[in-house]
Amino acid sequence: MKAADEQEHAVSTTQPLPGQQSAPAGQPPAGENLLEVSGLRKHFPIRHGIVFQRQIGAVHAVDGVDFTVGAGRTLGLVGESGCGKSTTGRLVTRLLEPTAGTVVFDGEDITHTPVTRMKEARRNLQMIFQDPYSSLNPRHTVGTIVETPMRLGGINPPQGHKRRAQELLETVGLNPEHYNRYPNEFSGGQRQRIGIARALALRPKLIVADEPVSALDVSIQAQIVNLLQDLQREFGIAFVFIAHDLAVVRHFCERVAVMYLGKIVEIADRQTLYTRPRHPYTHALLSAVPEADPDGIRRRERIRLAGDVPSPVDPPSGCRFRTRCWKARERCVTEEPPLVRLGGSPAGHLTACHFPEEPTIEAREEDIVLDPAVTGREETAAGTA
Amino acid sequence: MSLQTSPRPADLTPAPSPFLDVRDLRVHFPTEDGVVKSVDGVSFTLEKGSTLGIVGESGSGKSVTSLALLGLHKGTRAQVSGEIWLEGRELVALPEHEMRGLRGRTVSMIFQDPLSALHPYFTVGAQIAEAYRVHHKVSKKEARDRAVEMLKRVGIPQPERRAKDYPHQFSGGMRQRAMIAMALVCDPELLIADEPTTALDVTVQAQILDLIRDLQEEFGSAVILITHDLGVVADIADDILVMYGGRRIEYGSVRDVLKRPEHPYTWGLLESMPHITGDVDRRLNPIAGSPPSLINPPGGCAFHPRCTFKGWVPEGRCAVDRPELLAVAGPGKHLAACHLTPETKNEIRGRRAAQ
Repeated sequence: MKAADEQEHAVSTTQPLPGQQSAPAGQPPAGENLLEVSGLRKHFPIRHGIVFQRQIGAVHAVDGVDFTVGAGRTLGLVGESGCGKSTTGRLVTRLLEPTAGTVVFDGEDITHTPVTRMKEARRNLQMIFQDPYSSLNPRHTVGTIVETPMRLGGINPPQGHKRRAQELLETVGLNPEHYNRYPNEFSGGQRQRIGIARALALRPKLIVADEPVSALDVSIQAQIVNLLQDLQREFGIAFVFIAHDLAVVRHFCERVAVMYLGKIVEIADRQTLYTRPRHPYTHALLSAVPEADPDGIRRRERIRLAGDVPSPVDPPSGCRFRTRCWKARERCVTEEPPLVRLGGSPAGHLTACHFPEEPTIEAREEDIVLDPAVTGREETAAGTA
Repeated sequence: MSLQTSPRPADLTPAPSPFLDVRDLRVHFPTEDGVVKSVDGVSFTLEKGSTLGIVGESGSGKSVTSLALLGLHKGTRAQVSGEIWLEGRELVALPEHEMRGLRGRTVSMIFQDPLSALHPYFTVGAQIAEAYRVHHKVSKKEARDRAVEMLKRVGIPQPERRAKDYPHQFSGGMRQRAMIAMALVCDPELLIADEPTTALDVTVQAQILDLIRDLQEEFGSAVILITHDLGVVADIADDILVMYGGRRIEYGSVRDVLKRPEHPYTWGLLESMPHITGDVDRRLNPIAGSPPSLINPPGGCAFHPRCTFKGWVPEGRCAVDRPELLAVAGPGKHLAACHLTPETKNEIRGRRAAQ
């Protein structure tokens, strides 16, 4: 990647990025928080009526989320569909307007910056989308797609837009000769690479990647994950990586936040979160991940939740997970558990639970199976046996 | 079936005839650009009460195989050849009206996307009852009761009330349960699940897999599970068939294939999967390149353009000779189609373990 290094230095003359230039590759300066999110909320109004619309409720998509991402660091957001992880990503990049809370990016409060002035911040804040088919304009050539951020941002690299776009294509593992082709000529994995080249065009400090590999086959998924990892290390880009696949997140992110119904229920560095989780929901998520190891399955605990995530229109009172939790008691209904460091947890490991689990994922003595279809039969089987 | 194009696989030695016996199945689609060989000589057997996982990338022919088992290529331009023996009946040559008697009753299918597989205009209960009434002479009332009973069995709360709901009123996991109820309403002997959990969250996926396993134990059906997720297969299947470019490249028990994979493609699949345990800094080892064209598949071994180990085979045989599916030494019925010799494979394994 020597060529890539040179091109990056060429660009940084037009686009000074203090701190990144002096830092050795892969070792960005720690300490400084690049992104600070606090009390972030997004409520989508539900309206009724045709002419006179009145609000009859709201979808509490994101309901008070706090986290920080240091320069050059990676944070993963995981959770089931509808937990608000994608909405969080869109709030951070200001594709959506937050209802409450603040987003501070690179020392500047961008929570309510008008769209016209967001251009400045977006230079350093880019996004990679999930669907490689709908996120590229089918009527633009690859070259146009990759160059557009430079043109909009008013960046004129010394070697010209075309050369720079071709260098970017090479960086993401595409042939620079593909410059004049259209997105339909590429496979899903290649399209995702084009999306990544576009996000890299302005040499951002932070990339929000919203399920960048979910739509891809396993072998292609690994190619893209490795590419993102190389770029992250080489250019010291911070990532907010949104995914529902816990294994991919563990692989890519140093720190992981588990979301449930618009809130973070547990956040920790990956080693802690995957081996010593405390929140029952994290336990349930981890135990549900299928592993391609016929022996490993028996060593891990087995928890099967019943039903689906409740509606975010009218989330449960107190702890939001209580309706599916096997440990829920009176206190969980009335009192919302704060996201705090529990006794026995290392620094930086925060959990929101009144009755936390033992910090281990070793198989427990008894399975927890809450699914009525399966438990009903197991009980009758036990009765006849 | 000529012996030159399709060497008779080693696993088809005569035995007491299995419940399902697929022999040299081929499904070709003529198109303007040429013949798309989606499935090109696939054979496997399945006994009642056991589960076969078919694994492969998009376009490897796994879904087309399952549609052929249901006879859903009849009346289309697809050219189906080979034999599918189900309990002594041959399905490829079976006329459509006889196939209809089997479809839903003896062979049933769970589709990947329940929202598009369920009719949006009819209630869930009515759709399940219809599937039952097609094969049983019962009153509407009885069929309806049966539908409610099935909804209850698959774990839908308040089944009487939910039977009157339309598919859009169900959540993703609930819809998939309703699909399963519909597939099982006639107690089929063979259940085909085509990526039943791909669109679902992990917690719901675990529920659905448990449910399929549980219902299989109860009804004793044979299950074919089509997926691209080796984790799902490890969880539920007894045997694994790995497909690549419309062909079988590895076939054996779950333990054999996952613990001692013999084909470089299976190695690649396993190494490109991230895990939730083990070394966090282990770098993923993806398979380079992309899946092959099915119109002009690469000569020799279809995987050779992406294979890291073709250099280990002398004289470039991989690009010329198509490897036969041969038995792997050791107990069991493990088969793999690769030119690498067992000694070379052991050497490769040794080197990788040392890294």
